[in-house]
Amino acid sequence: MAAQTLYDKLWNAHLVSTREDGTALIYIDRHLLHEVTSPQAFEGLRLAGRQPWRIDANIATVDHNVSTLSEERSAGISGIADDVSRIQVQALDDNTLGLGIETFGINDIRQGIVHVIGPEQGATLPGMTVVCGDSHTATHGAFGALAHGIGTSEVEHVLATQCLIQRKMKNMQIRVEGELGPHVTAKDIILAIIGRIGTAGGTGYAVEFAGSAIESLSMEGRMTICNMAIEGGARVGLVAVDQTTIDYIGNRPFAPTGEQWEAAVESWRQLVSDQEAQFDQVITLDAAAIEPQVSWGTSPEMVTGVSGRVPDPQSFTDETAQRGAVRALEYMGLSAGQRMTDIRLDRIFIGSCTNARIEDLRAAAKIVDGRRVAATIKQAMVVPGSGLVKRQAEEEGLDAIFKRAGFEWREAGCSMCLAMNADKLGAGEHCASTSNRNFEGRQGYGGRTHLVSPAMAAAAAVAGHFVDVREFVETPVQAAQA
Amino acid sequence: MQRFIRHQGVAAPLDRANVDTDLIIPKQFLKSIKRTGFGPNLFDELRYQDEGYPGRDNSKRPINPEFVLNQPRYENASILLARRNFGCGSSREHAPWALTDFGFRVIIAPSFADIFFNNAFKNGLLLITLDEETVEQLFREVEATPGYQLDIDLTAQQIHRPAGESIGFEVDPFRKYCLENGLDDIGITLDENSEAIRDFEARHRAANPWLFRDEAANQV
Ligand code: SF4
Repeated sequence: MAAQTLYDKLWNAHLVSTREDGTALIYIDRHLLHEVTSPQAFEGLRLAGRQPWRIDANIATVDHNVSTLSEERSAGISGIADDVSRIQVQALDDNTLGLGIETFGINDIRQGIVHVIGPEQGATLPGMTVVCGDSHTATHGAFGALAHGIGTSEVEHVLATQCLIQRKMKNMQIRVEGELGPHVTAKDIILAIIGRIGTAGGTGYAVEFAGSAIESLSMEGRMTICNMAIEGGARVGLVAVDQTTIDYIGNRPFAPTGEQWEAAVESWRQLVSDQEAQFDQVITLDAAAIEPQVSWGTSPEMVTGVSGRVPDPQSFTDETAQRGAVRALEYMGLSAGQRMTDIRLDRIFIGSCTNARIEDLRAAAKIVDGRRVAATIKQAMVVPGSGLVKRQAEEEGLDAIFKRAGFEWREAGCSMCLAMNADKLGAGEHCASTSNRNFEGRQGYGGRTHLVSPAMAAAAAVAGHFVDVREFVETPVQAAQA
Repeated sequence: MQRFIRHQGVAAPLDRANVDTDLIIPKQFLKSIKRTGFGPNLFDELRYQDEGYPGRDNSKRPINPEFVLNQPRYENASILLARRNFGCGSSREHAPWALTDFGFRVIIAPSFADIFFNNAFKNGLLLITLDEETVEQLFREVEATPGYQLDIDLTAQQIHRPAGESIGFEVDPFRKYCLENGLDDIGITLDENSEAIRDFEARHRAANPWLFRDEAANQV
């Protein structure tokens, strides 16, 4: 057989049938559900009198709409103040529990952002196809799984048929070679990649991230990278399976055990691109050249190193990009040539499916330990990605570090990543955010989002403006406090 | 999905180009957990003189008497005559949901936006594309004749007018097949592939038992 990429292998292993028009039916192993994009799909099933094809493939949780305040959360569904949110959260329970779908409800310790809990539970396994009515489903590709975001009609299609109608994508490989500098993280890698290829660079491709810098990342870091594949235009991001992958999965609740574990591991080891495999496009980055990144505009590609400056719109080659930059600077309240480190901040958000795993919280806590959030910051919050991440962090004493520094310590959920609950930016406010989208209004009407890593967000919280975390850690704790 | 073979009904003229999906159903109604119930807020900003929001009693709202669907002669219209580029803008599937919930079965226009076109057929709504001139002629006839009805025969691909010649129309054979049989994507997949899916599943399960939680449970 001809040499295959990882994507080719996953595709071929799930191909049920192919139609003359080039579309194919792909079998789906894992379907993750949340409250916002699923209700109409369940209603559609009921109206058509259909049953889900396979209950045990589905797992549900509530994340987008739930409050992150402990008081409101502790009262369960009936405690949700916003009527519309409460109805949506209740609807998920009604829809899933009635069918026997495993559901991590609002007060379940396993509740959390859908893309955090899948891997955490071992419900995302190498070699799987994973779908969810959410574009950041690409996250699960970090495990050598073929993971797509889908729409509501497709959610219903998967529920009813266990399959998805797809066209095969092209193959792209993005290689990041060499060693990352200190305090430069997975988030900086993916922001640098998007800065290079643009938000449409990956359109039509399944992107495999490879190279020594990717191999040396933890699973948390690989998830951060695959999570934002969609911001680079690719619906699918992938990382090949290696020992790091296998070590992460061992002993997780949904992972196989005993003989099945042995058999699974043997089969997972095949989940790498063949040496001779051909990619339609290969892009290479030098890890050592990547510095901590900060976005300055209203699209994730509008990003630069922390030592950089807000670009002059005139510096862009085509007219559309120039107009886009002018509009972005106006919205962001920034001027060309301004230093990134001169951008003052109003709020700090550490959270989201990009950066709310334990490793992210550890990195941020390390920076703020013994320091205080600047007096000019209106709010600094940490929103763990799941109830289990929260518990783990508390066991490690991270919550105490954050609280001592002046951060709010919240319950798990999407929170200010999309501001569907009460966590929002005010108009004109600048936010250092570890989330993934800096679109206009994304974090609140008129809000100004700057995408950064957890360490960069933490340092910015203390300084009150962006700082180079690499220099910041050198300043003594006492001096920073003064 | 409701079957579509032949449909006769009152036609209403919406004389406006580039009707976008925001206009068809405004964003505040997307918070709903249902696929039904959007009808009362179809064209909300055109139909009413104030701003609508979910849960509001529409019967108490001031209606815009000028708007075509508020005119008694177009009451119970089920065929919409529209202008160029109907359904542009956001991809929200709520737009066809609102149109069908209101009672529309057919929309006739010189052109439709891409995504809306797909979404509409998925929801049993027949879209007919005719040249500008023919659409213009239909607009004139509808406006001149109270109670004007069209009889749409999908099988024969003919629009029968109350007077004058019938008009032929094109429709993609696969979409026609889906509509005539009341099959959505799901229906087709199940119809054509149920066996293939089951076969695949059996092989897949044998090769990767750990992907099936009931297998894992059996093992313990
Ligand atoms: S954290 Fe943000 S990006 Fe991730 S699933 Fe939630 S809303 Fe979407």
